[in-house]
Amino acid sequence: MSTDIPDNSPGDASETSSGNAPSRAELAVRVDELEESLAEATEDDDTKKMSIIATKGTLDMAYPPLILASTAAAFGYDVTVFHTFWGLDILHEERSGDLKLSSVGNPNMPLPNAVAALPGMDRLTTRMMERRIEDNDTASIQELLETSLDMGVEFQACQMTIDLMGYDEADFYDGVTTGVGAATALQDMADADIQLLV
Amino acid sequence: MSAEFDTTETLDVTGASCPMPVVKTKSATDDLATGEVLEVVATDPGSMSDIDGWAAGTEGVELLDQNEGDDVYTHYVRKTE
Repeated sequence: MSTDIPDNSPGDASETSSGNAPSRAELAVRVDELEESLAEATEDDDTKKMSIIATKGTLDMAYPPLILASTAAAFGYDVTVFHTFWGLDILHEERSGDLKLSSVGNPNMPLPNAVAALPGMDRLTTRMMERRIEDNDTASIQELLETSLDMGVEFQACQMTIDLMGYDEADFYDGVTTGVGAATALQDMADADIQLLV
Repeated sequence: MSAEFDTTETLDVTGASCPMPVVKTKSATDDLATGEVLEVVATDPGSMSDIDGWAAGTEGVELLDQNEGDDVYTHYVRKTE
């Protein structure tokens, strides 16, 4: 506690002065504190951050966010992937193993759209792609997701679209964050060095 | 083929393709002590550029060497801190 007697001794740095004006010693302590917290804040900023918004749930579009997330985690980045709309299926334990490839509207498919639109074609093109993924030893969606979770990637499932799609929080992989919305995603993007919408 | 470095561990990622060689290399270096060297054996040609880029962009690891054999790519990574 400070005393009521003004302390004019210049050599005494530990005593507190009376009144509202801080003593030189108090200011010096405060400057030290601020420098310390500035150093801490600067240090924290050394960890790079990546924020991805995953909106697609087709087999081909599920790969880019997961490959980038796991690779960024390998670089030591803090990674958040916010899944919304069809992107939720990537985090859905049951549906993630059954993602489809659309054969319609894809100019790289060797089929005219009129043929691609026939019943069963999506199943056929999906199976073809799954075969190629297997032959090429490309990691599966589940493998990439579980690897990313192990590496500390934060996967978030948008609450509004969980409700919209009629999903249950228990449908998602263990470790997936639920109960988050656009404001959470925006905050992550504002803090991130890299922001991607997939 | 003899290793040019005293390697502590060997990681076999033959067959695996992007991003697994980098991801598994990262996990394996986490288990090393400072100064130890990891040998990574891959068949993914992309691992030459990817492991180089990963090591350059990651704190605490150093890429010592990369060798290209017959469809086999060998990388040597030292944990520096």
